[in-house]
Amino acid sequence: MQAIDLTINGKKIAAEPGMTILQAARKGGIHIPTLCEHPAIPIAGACRVCLVEVENSPKLLTACSSPVAPGMVVHTHSPRVLAARKAVVELILIRHPLDCFSCSSNGKCELQDVAYELGIKASPFTDEGDTCRDYALEDANPFYVRDMNKCILCGRCIRACDSLARYHAIDFQNRGIRTMVHPPVGKDLEHSDCTFCGQCVQLCPVGALSEKASTGQGRPWELKSVKTTCSYCGVGCELNVQVNTRTGRIANVTTDYLSPTAVNEGRCCVKGRFAWQYVHSDDRLTRPLIKENGAFREAEWAEALSLVAGRMTAIKEDFGPDAIGFFSSARCTNEENYLLQRLAREVVGTNNVDHCAHL
Amino acid sequence: MKGLGETFGSGAMTNDFKSIKEADVLFVIGSNTTETHPVIGSWIKECKAKGAKLIVCDPRKIELSRYADVHIRHNSGSDVALVNGIMHVILRDGLQDQAFIDERVENFEALRKVVMEYTPEKTSEITGVPAELIEEAARTYAAGPNSAIFYTMGITQHQSGTDNVRSLANLSLLCGMMGRPGTGVNPLRGQNNVQGACDMGALPNVFTGYQKVDSKDVRARMSDLWACGDLPASPGMTLVKMMEAAGKGDLKSLFIMGENPMVTDPDTNHVRHALENLDFLVVQDIFLTETAQMADVVLPAACWAEKEGTYTNTTRTVLRVRKAVEAPGEARADWEILNDLARSFGAAWDFRSASDVFDAIAACTPSYGGLSHRRLDEGPLAWPCPTADHPGTPNLHVGKFARPNGKATFAPREWQKPHEWPDEQFPFLATTGRILYHYHSGSMSRRSAPGEFVRELFIEINPADAQALHVDEGMMLRVTSRRGTVSGKAKITDRVPPKMIFLPFHFAEAGANLLTAAVVDPDSETPAYKISAVKVEKA
Repeated sequence: MQAIDLTINGKKIAAEPGMTILQAARKGGIHIPTLCEHPAIPIAGACRVCLVEVENSPKLLTACSSPVAPGMVVHTHSPRVLAARKAVVELILIRHPLDCFSCSSNGKCELQDVAYELGIKASPFTDEGDTCRDYALEDANPFYVRDMNKCILCGRCIRACDSLARYHAIDFQNRGIRTMVHPPVGKDLEHSDCTFCGQCVQLCPVGALSEKASTGQGRPWELKSVKTTCSYCGVGCELNVQVNTRTGRIANVTTDYLSPTAVNEGRCCVKGRFAWQYVHSDDRLTRPLIKENGAFREAEWAEALSLVAGRMTAIKEDFGPDAIGFFSSARCTNEENYLLQRLAREVVGTNNVDHCAHL
Repeated sequence: MKGLGETFGSGAMTNDFKSIKEADVLFVIGSNTTETHPVIGSWIKECKAKGAKLIVCDPRKIELSRYADVHIRHNSGSDVALVNGIMHVILRDGLQDQAFIDERVENFEALRKVVMEYTPEKTSEITGVPAELIEEAARTYAAGPNSAIFYTMGITQHQSGTDNVRSLANLSLLCGMMGRPGTGVNPLRGQNNVQGACDMGALPNVFTGYQKVDSKDVRARMSDLWACGDLPASPGMTLVKMMEAAGKGDLKSLFIMGENPMVTDPDTNHVRHALENLDFLVVQDIFLTETAQMADVVLPAACWAEKEGTYTNTTRTVLRVRKAVEAPGEARADWEILNDLARSFGAAWDFRSASDVFDAIAACTPSYGGLSHRRLDEGPLAWPCPTADHPGTPNLHVGKFARPNGKATFAPREWQKPHEWPDEQFPFLATTGRILYHYHSGSMSRRSAPGEFVRELFIEINPADAQALHVDEGMMLRVTSRRGTVSGKAKITDRVPPKMIFLPFHFAEAGANLLTAAVVDPDSETPAYKISAVKVEKA
């Protein structure tokens, strides 16, 4: 296909047909700040943070939703653009609390990043009327908390629910300054179509949606990300387990919508994202146990393993190897299933090995 | 798996996830996809939104049925009749892909003969589905051009489960819906590594890669690779048979790794008796589960986030699992424990890492031959992947089938009455299954956030039945089968038809499997969880 040549900030860029100015700029390594845009969901053009100046266009255009055209000359950081962008962010900040130090999104907040980039400390418009910051915290479910006071109405959560989770459990409600994101009128989240996959939480650019179990588990800069595969159903979703390097505990689980190795393309469900606390459960088994007179006592590994080998060897001698059976597990890894069937066949000498494939 | 293995030569899901998006018609039967495989469910809904047609067959009014072009609520256990009826219409109207059949499938006349009997009227009588819906489903599926079938336990957990699968395979072959993106017969695996556990030979009749234990050549090759003596030649007992043998005292010792049969297996009272009857029970797990409490020795294992390894997903794709955190106390990865246990028996095993073990798998498993942790670290690959430069195989049966002559075969089946059916004494039909928020015996999900959201057993009951029993939402119901009794809170919903109840099986303290019968499909030994005759009372 014929490339479309355009100029952004004096740099010649060959864009693919159908690309937006934002995509072309990214291709050329030019940064344009955004808030409502996310590559995994449809474009909305709602926040206006990505406004750019295009020569011969009387108005500033939103880079996220404007397609490239041949010969276009774009300025992403001209004085006119910067003044408009600053005003846009200052208007958003009218109703956004500046309690960043206690916010769970501190350090990953995209509004914070944009304000930092533009050198904004606070909104000059804050005193000019109703700031509408009186929403009660919604935390009735164990998965995530909604704080509508922090919502910037970018609509990413709505589009995530529509196009990724495919439930349409939430939408804009009310009008004007009272506009908010909510399940259908008269329903709370817990009785709506929401299935708590948490994809909206991940896509929220601010702290309006936050994972409950992650509270206090670590700041973004304390976390290391480990790419792995979900252990629940057979889809095999790629997950990124975020581990606090200081405490050695899981802080939360995220997905990557742009990962070329993710069979799930970044999608996930409530179990993949929220059902990990069992890992750190207090009642995990931590020592081998041997039952004596009907009660368990803790034992050393060497003692437990030699007891198992000894008893099974004795049973094999008395009754033959087929008096012993092995249940393997569809939840264990391939490596572990391989070794268990090999233990049964090679070491004990029986084909009595199966697992719960059918359950 | 057995049903597909016979007809196509391979029992795995035929197509990959990308293929789902290329389907023009999605035929979903016995799969509550948006609850049990939510991500696949979201893709199915996405296809529908983009113009694909959706056929949903399920006795329950599942979420997907809201989006269905053809929604069939057939009687439980009537799947074979339904699919035969659909094939009848296809043959009657000449909608089959005769060129595909002539070139690639055997046994067509036998199929025609069986299906001939299943007129829409007769099918309607057995299934309870209006004849026009059967005709519409047939026309929609046959029209394609690319139609894909998806099924889960709603198809397999019947006494006739393998026949149900054979019937679906017949349908796909009849219309030539195989070997192209957007087609295929796709069993969606319920657990993360069912496919892998089967591939690894955690089955009584095969080594890794489905190499049969009763083949002398295979055994010779394996004992060579494992540097051991003669390997046992006769196929072993299945899980269900082992449980029976334990009950009778023929099986003396059982080693259970990461399973909780006290919750997940049919007829819990029978399982308890069997486990108590053992001389020596070893359980290796992450929690002191209902099953572990009965053990003589319990070995503490590392969990998912604490070890390296691989899973093989429902599309035969091998994926890396990576260690994120340390295991608590002295808990160790299952593979490390097994290595040391083999050494305690006197075997000369010396696996130093999960990657080491994987290399041993690749050495003895042709379909995994080209895989290694190093390669999988760059991204997942679907087997067969026989050599280090092989790109993997996302779609099976392109051009030829995996049977000896390269052709598939029709396996026509007659509908059989289910093993148990509601009667005067037990007038309700109970079906068990999974819900979105929980997983299997609940030992992981109930200790995490979903455990706070759905805390206890609920029982779905139709509004008409609830009214007749004078039961309101949330009141306790007592359900009794020939095996046992369980109580749970009523959830009144038209998701279930009248005279049917649904119980999730994740709750050990109110175990749905107290009700189920240890009746299995004779071909696959899958328990018939989807049908139990029960009586329902206000508790």
